[in-house]
Amino acid sequence: MKLKTALALGAGFGALCTYADAFSAEVYSGYTLLRQETKDMQDDDFMNPGMGALARGAAMFTTPNAKGVSCASCHGADGKKLSAKRIAQYPVLDAKSKRPITLQQRVINESSERLGISTLKYESDDALSLEAFVRNIARGQEVNVQTDGAMTPFYEAGKKLYETRSGQLNMACSLCHDNHPGEKLRAQVLSQGQTNGFPLYRLATGKLTGTQTRFNQCFDAFRAKPYPFGSEEYTLLELYANAHGNGLKIETPAVRF
Amino acid sequence: MSKVLLGVMCACLPLFAAAADSIPGTPAPKVDQPEAYQPWKAVAYAIQEPLGGLKGNAANGRKIAIDRSKGNCLACHVMPIQEEEFHGELGPALGKIGKKYNEGKLRMRIVNIQEVLADSLMPPFYMKPDKLNRVVEKYQGRTVLTAQEVEDVVAYLTTLK
Ligand code: HEC
Ligand code: HEC
Ligand code: HEC
Repeated sequence: MKLKTALALGAGFGALCTYADAFSAEVYSGYTLLRQETKDMQDDDFMNPGMGALARGAAMFTTPNAKGVSCASCHGADGKKLSAKRIAQYPVLDAKSKRPITLQQRVINESSERLGISTLKYESDDALSLEAFVRNIARGQEVNVQTDGAMTPFYEAGKKLYETRSGQLNMACSLCHDNHPGEKLRAQVLSQGQTNGFPLYRLATGKLTGTQTRFNQCFDAFRAKPYPFGSEEYTLLELYANAHGNGLKIETPAVRF
Repeated sequence: MSKVLLGVMCACLPLFAAAADSIPGTPAPKVDQPEAYQPWKAVAYAIQEPLGGLKGNAANGRKIAIDRSKGNCLACHVMPIQEEEFHGELGPALGKIGKKYNEGKLRMRIVNIQEVLADSLMPPFYMKPDKLNRVVEKYQGRTVLTAQEVEDVVAYLTTLK
């Protein structure tokens, strides 16, 4: 237990609420809490187990469709014609729908609209590999999600989802990741639930894991029904979760327990 | 899903698997119905009357505190349970909690601490199920602990002095 809990208890019954805000100004990556071996694994491209999926994404990026067109035809063999700064802004407002769109959804749409390949399923290994390849182009860039202007209502809706209690254990994302980061849940230290490393490799499952799969895993833990991948709710939640880490450097593919 | 997280936060009901393949001709296994919710009354942040008039068993309460699919108190609290490693620290240590609170105040905090501290992370162990939101099917209509289990935990906590 930390100071804020002590304060909250000290404040007595009833009134509380504001203590969390007062203490959670500084943003940090889940990387900070990793053991040194795991940090080393993430930092070395030869050891990073997420690199396999990245290679698979790279192959997808350059593999031509029946008409001989691939992602690389328009974006360059290494994707370097895509703007890293722009990738770091996702989810962005989609010009057509005027609604936020996640990077994975964009990649899926590009595949179906420009290559006629409509087999990519949200959070499938293929979609994640391709997303990881694209987001890795922006590794080292600062997360920079728009939260103002036309984005405001979506950002606010995402925040609301983040702070709404659900499940049999009646928890909300913010209760763990905003109010208790740095504290121990059994043997594990809670992080701020940042998304700057996604898609990332999880040692516990041995899999490349997408942002929305991680949401499912947290919902499962408090016995709440998750939302469908690619749903409106998950898009809003991802928007808020990414913006929550504005300023953090993109680490894709990160390595986490 | 992380094994740790799964272990820490999720219930697995291992006994259910066996019930699924019943032998033809034998009566179908009884479906585990949730028990009726026992109403309670709080006065000054305390529930004086035991739920359903039940009597708690402290030894059983200690087991429930350890059990990851039940109380799982160790996920968040340091408790005088030496045989278990890795006690969490999201909440205060409970080693002397029986001195700090009487039985009624302890019961209130196990039933639903959020009635006392609106922003608490601690799960409400006996909240009325129809007030919960988006519960996975397996747990719908159920409290985290049964009334008897709540009483067992309360009985155990009163021994921590
Ligand atoms: C025929 C050319 C073409 C092909 C093939 C193509 N793209 Fe694109 N892509 C574009 C253009 C043009 C844009 C910018 C359109 C816009 O501004 O909305 C774009 C936008 C994008 C963006 C968003 C960048 C931004 O500004 O937000 C991503 C990511 C992307 N493409 C990835 C891919 C991937 C992955 C593939 C292969 C599955 C692919 N593209 C195939 C032409 C192509
Ligand atoms: C009971 C506490 C708890 C709640 C509530 C919770 N999480 Fe988590 N979350 C964890 C734990 C434990 C981990 C793994 C360790 C860590 O990074 O914090 C985690 C990890 C994460 C991560 C990965 C962070 C990284 O750097 O890899 C994200 C993202 C995340 N959670 C988002 C959410 C969202 C969104 C919600 C609400 C739907 C949520 N969490 C609710 C406990 C929680
Ligand atoms: C997910 C974490 C979590 C779990 C699981 C949990 N608690 Fe708590 N508990 C807390 C937190 C955090 C507090 C401090 C109140 C606050 O700020 O939310 C607390 C407070 C308490 C208090 C009041 C302490 C005081 O000094 O006022 C008692 C009693 C308590 N818990 C008992 C239990 C018991 C018994 C269990 C298991 C049946 C349990 N808790 C499970 C997180 C948890």
